[in-house]
Amino acid sequence: MSDCRDCGHGCALEAPPAAKSRYQATAPEFVALIGPPNSGKTTLFNRLTGLRQKVANFPGVTVEQHTGWAVLPDGREIGIIDLPGVYSLSPRSEDERVACDVLYGRHATTPRPEAVLLVLDVTNLPRHLMLAAPILALGLPTMVLLNMADDLRSRGGEVDLAALSSQLGVPVALVSARQGEGLDSVFTFLAGAMRKPQPMELPVLQDVPRCREWANRVGNRAAYRAPAPPEWTRRLDAVFLHPVAGPLIFGLVVIAVFQTIFTAAAPLMDGVRWLFHVSGNWVATSLPDSAIRSLLVEGIWSGVGSVIVFLPQVLLLFLFIGILEDSGYLARAAVISDRTMARAGLQGKSFIPLLSAYACAVPAILATRTIENRRDRIATILIAPFMTCSARLPVYTLVIAAFIPDRPLVGVFLGMRAAAMLGLYMVGFLAAVTTARILKSSVLRSDGTPFLLEMPAYRWPTVSSLGLRLLDRSKVFLRRAGTVILLVTVLLWVMAHVPVHDGHAPPIADSLAGSLGRSIEPIIRPLGFDWKIGIGLITSLAARETIIGTLGAIYGMDPESHAATLQTALQHDLSLGGAVALLIFFAFSMQCISTIAVVRRETGGWKWPAFQFVYMGSLAYLGAFLAARFIG
Amino acid sequence: MQLSGNNNSRRHATLVDLRRGEVAILDRLDLPGADAHRLMELGFLPGAQVMARCSAPGGDPMVFRVDSAEFALRRETARRLKVLRPDRAPLP
Repeated sequence: MSDCRDCGHGCALEAPPAAKSRYQATAPEFVALIGPPNSGKTTLFNRLTGLRQKVANFPGVTVEQHTGWAVLPDGREIGIIDLPGVYSLSPRSEDERVACDVLYGRHATTPRPEAVLLVLDVTNLPRHLMLAAPILALGLPTMVLLNMADDLRSRGGEVDLAALSSQLGVPVALVSARQGEGLDSVFTFLAGAMRKPQPMELPVLQDVPRCREWANRVGNRAAYRAPAPPEWTRRLDAVFLHPVAGPLIFGLVVIAVFQTIFTAAAPLMDGVRWLFHVSGNWVATSLPDSAIRSLLVEGIWSGVGSVIVFLPQVLLLFLFIGILEDSGYLARAAVISDRTMARAGLQGKSFIPLLSAYACAVPAILATRTIENRRDRIATILIAPFMTCSARLPVYTLVIAAFIPDRPLVGVFLGMRAAAMLGLYMVGFLAAVTTARILKSSVLRSDGTPFLLEMPAYRWPTVSSLGLRLLDRSKVFLRRAGTVILLVTVLLWVMAHVPVHDGHAPPIADSLAGSLGRSIEPIIRPLGFDWKIGIGLITSLAARETIIGTLGAIYGMDPESHAATLQTALQHDLSLGGAVALLIFFAFSMQCISTIAVVRRETGGWKWPAFQFVYMGSLAYLGAFLAARFIG
Repeated sequence: MQLSGNNNSRRHATLVDLRRGEVAILDRLDLPGADAHRLMELGFLPGAQVMARCSAPGGDPMVFRVDSAEFALRRETARRLKVLRPDRAPLP
């Protein structure tokens, strides 16, 4: 790192001579990380704080501010605020607004930062340097971090740090957040070696061409030599965006993902099932016959256990999503599918939120903050829950495995079960696109803003990044199993054991739970569902996969199906038509409290979540009714 | 190529007219102020060199290289960015 701020006077750039730099007496309490999208702010944030905010290789992953603590060598702690990426300080979308509000100290819950770490992608220096002008104009102590030093070197670029530092009047360091290179200089800066920037002549901030001229001039004076374009990215794009090969590869990738989710996850799932079976038997034999044993074995073990069985499959899905996101392929997939989006009246920016809805609708709805146009944003929020989230995956797998034979459809390449699963994902996607089309041509019509997507260079996904994603996902999955699903199962067990007659629990059909299921039976009978499925539908309003825990517990308690597995019990209770109806119902309906809550928050009222719940519910009922009616 | 035709294509060319690998100088952004502002922040400035890269199947959106970054733009947007093509064929 260079330390030659004072030589700014001697350089050609005009700096007022009177400026005496003021030392910051102590380390600041809060420092903001700011920079253009996909410049690696969150990777650096994770490095500095030891936290694990989500990162991926496309612009706009971070849509909210996050605060973490960096521990200095002397033990002091500094709050690091990670901000969404911005191209300038004139915000156009919700995520950019958040970043600007925090910087200007206008954010409700985040304190105003006392210093700024400006993270720029050094392989794109002149363009990224434009952001330095408004940041330096804030007058806060600033350090410029030129990230992706490894890429700069490997592709033969150069920059003179000392010259750049004197041009900008602030310290500059070359870092690689991914490799952890150059972080010492950041800690030195944080530890108190910070001053207000040397006053420099900055361009008029609203005048983009002037700002760019300024940035080019600064880059030239710092002897910046741009690295060669990433050769591999060019070669890969020639294939992935090829008019014929591109869509073909896209299709093959999708099919391979589904086939693998079915075949590769099966042995692991059998393993988990076996664990629960053995441990359940052990609990059953080692405890005396009592209400407690019944609760443990019939309630919790068969309820929560039947959900946890699906963990390997969900993790496999997340592994694939992780590889696609981290490699940079996702942006290409967005380009390939943009025409479909355009036909539905959506802009290309909707694609990435919709794609992340395959994991979970909640982060997807947050990700819509990158969409500048409010009507486009609401349309995307409204259709996101139609995309098949990972909570539907266990339900689909269970019902498909019970009703669809395990036979190859297209040789070894695609089995019937994987094809059925693929079909369900398509059904959800088509519902989303059709809904978008209706909304965009009526209540949410808009002129639209130009579609712009920066294509990141391809990168190898790192094992640690993928591993951390899977670890985090396991935690989320198990936490849900251990809280919502456990609670529902215990509640269900209690409701299945009252009212007590002569000290004995009633037959489950006559219990409180049973009569609740029976009370909605007239409504769901046309869909081919009985009261047991009815109870599952009620509990799955909390979260979709709860239906599996519920059915596991009900069948565990029901003497008729006691010994049978969940699959055989379902085969007994549902006709093929009923099974298809159940799948369709889950494909369409909005059974997720977290999603409803986040839609209310993001749209600022109950109007849209209420509309969405009723619309999706009606579509689910209608679809299921038709399926039950015509398949029989 | 005829002289007049050449002139004509020079005057009216937009990003959409560029063939793959062709480089042109951006002349003017025919877009509402805020949209033009954002494109300029990304490097689509009058005077900048823009190279047409691959495009998605069906030709929409198109990918352009400007500076050392690549951006996908829909044709409807690319059509509003007017370019000057360097003289390709020597005049007769």
